[in-house]
Amino acid sequence: MEQYLFYILAAAMLIATVFAITEKHPVHAIVYLVTSFFALAAIFYLLAAPMIAAFEVIIYAGAVMVLFLFVIMMLDLGHPEKAARPGIGHWLPAMVLGVVIAAAAVTAITLRTTTAPATRVIGIKEFSVALFQRYGVAIEIISMQLLFAVVGALYLGRKR
Amino acid sequence: MGFELFGLPMIYYIAMIVKVLVVFVFVLLTVAYATYAERKIIGHMQVRLGPMRTGWHGLLQPIADGIKLFFKEEIVPSQSDKFAFLLAPIIALIPAFIGFAVIPFGDTIEVMGYKIPLQIAAFYDTAAGKVVDLNVGVLYILALASVGVYGIVLAGWASNSKYSLLGGLRSSAQMISYELAAGLAIISVFMMSESLSLQKIVADQAGFGWYAFKQPLAFILFFICSIAEINRTPFDLPEAETELVSGFCTEYSSMKYAMFFMAEYANMVTVCAVTTTLFLGGWHGPGFLPGWVWFIAKVYFLIFVCMWIRATYPRYRYDQLMRLGWKVFLPLTLLNIVVTGLIAR
Repeated sequence: MEQYLFYILAAAMLIATVFAITEKHPVHAIVYLVTSFFALAAIFYLLAAPMIAAFEVIIYAGAVMVLFLFVIMMLDLGHPEKAARPGIGHWLPAMVLGVVIAAAAVTAITLRTTTAPATRVIGIKEFSVALFQRYGVAIEIISMQLLFAVVGALYLGRKR
Repeated sequence: MGFELFGLPMIYYIAMIVKVLVVFVFVLLTVAYATYAERKIIGHMQVRLGPMRTGWHGLLQPIADGIKLFFKEEIVPSQSDKFAFLLAPIIALIPAFIGFAVIPFGDTIEVMGYKIPLQIAAFYDTAAGKVVDLNVGVLYILALASVGVYGIVLAGWASNSKYSLLGGLRSSAQMISYELAAGLAIISVFMMSESLSLQKIVADQAGFGWYAFKQPLAFILFFICSIAEINRTPFDLPEAETELVSGFCTEYSSMKYAMFFMAEYANMVTVCAVTTTLFLGGWHGPGFLPGWVWFIAKVYFLIFVCMWIRATYPRYRYDQLMRLGWKVFLPLTLLNIVVTGLIAR
């Protein structure tokens, strides 16, 4: 049952992502990307990580993409759907990178000797302890980086 | 009932479908009659009568309104973005309804020897002897609330009209701001219950140990922020009709408009149900009535409070609204978390 659901969701995610990449209109692309995030969140849930699933939706779908949409709405894009399709030159870097990632994934899967550990649902307490005690320093460094970005944005946006 | 499917007894599936249907119909009816109640209550508060002509004291008014909206002409503006224009009402409506999946609306009941918890996304684990529900129920609700923004933003942008766009922009800014404050306000509840499972949070509040008494500031902040997040008066700027015609749904007609309208009221019901669950003890109450009756009574009381607020307060100005959200509510919620951390442990 769960593996069928996984394949359905994975297919939905891949199709939505392909649409998000090939869609010429940025707003439509965002809608497809959000669909893909939802499928990904459902996959996380299937893998016994409901908290990651919730964060995927809250942060990526709910915050990051809404801000993207917000910015795109403010810009006058004209008629992006009438623009020319990207040529082979535009696709080349993406294709090279795609081949590299696919090769790495295939190698990792074929060379893997250990089986994945059994999944189990962890509670909020366990999660928080791991996040703020074991990986506490890493979390602080990441939050500092976000702070730098905020300071940079404030500097750029200040009144001259 | 010995028949099994995917290793679970058949009654599990039947109970699930019955629960979904009952809750869905209940929310739909509440939404329909909330519109009537709103007009009646505000009418009486303003010394008017409200709807009186359709049925006895206007009781058939929601049905008449529904039929009227259903038979209105569907208009899709020629310059609109069809894809997003048609998608927006659906995106607005669905999160408003599926939030109910994790809300416990009553105690565990026993049907033919099987124990069934009155919460859609939950089952009774006979081996462990307790109810298992989504262990991140509150995050699920926050996630759905953040998705609801899309419906309004897309509607505002796709209509290709300046009023819609301004309404959509205001609304998304408002929802993002207040979502943050609402999310931070309930952290103090998690800190006290040490869980995100709504089942556990409700169980903690048995015997009038309501979080509204233990966390009065969080309760008030969460309720106000939620009212702001669902765009109700006094925070209904996205639809301020004197400035923006009808905001993001200016260009919508017929059932698509009705879907936004339903989403708005369904959101109100959801918010009141979440507030009841987190702060007012959920379905707990004096034993002479079953749990679900107490739950419905509390939710209806909060809905009444929402309408009371609408009848009483004038609308905020946009800059006042943003200042209130970022400079008053956000620091207060952070302070509340720190104080809770210092005292509760």
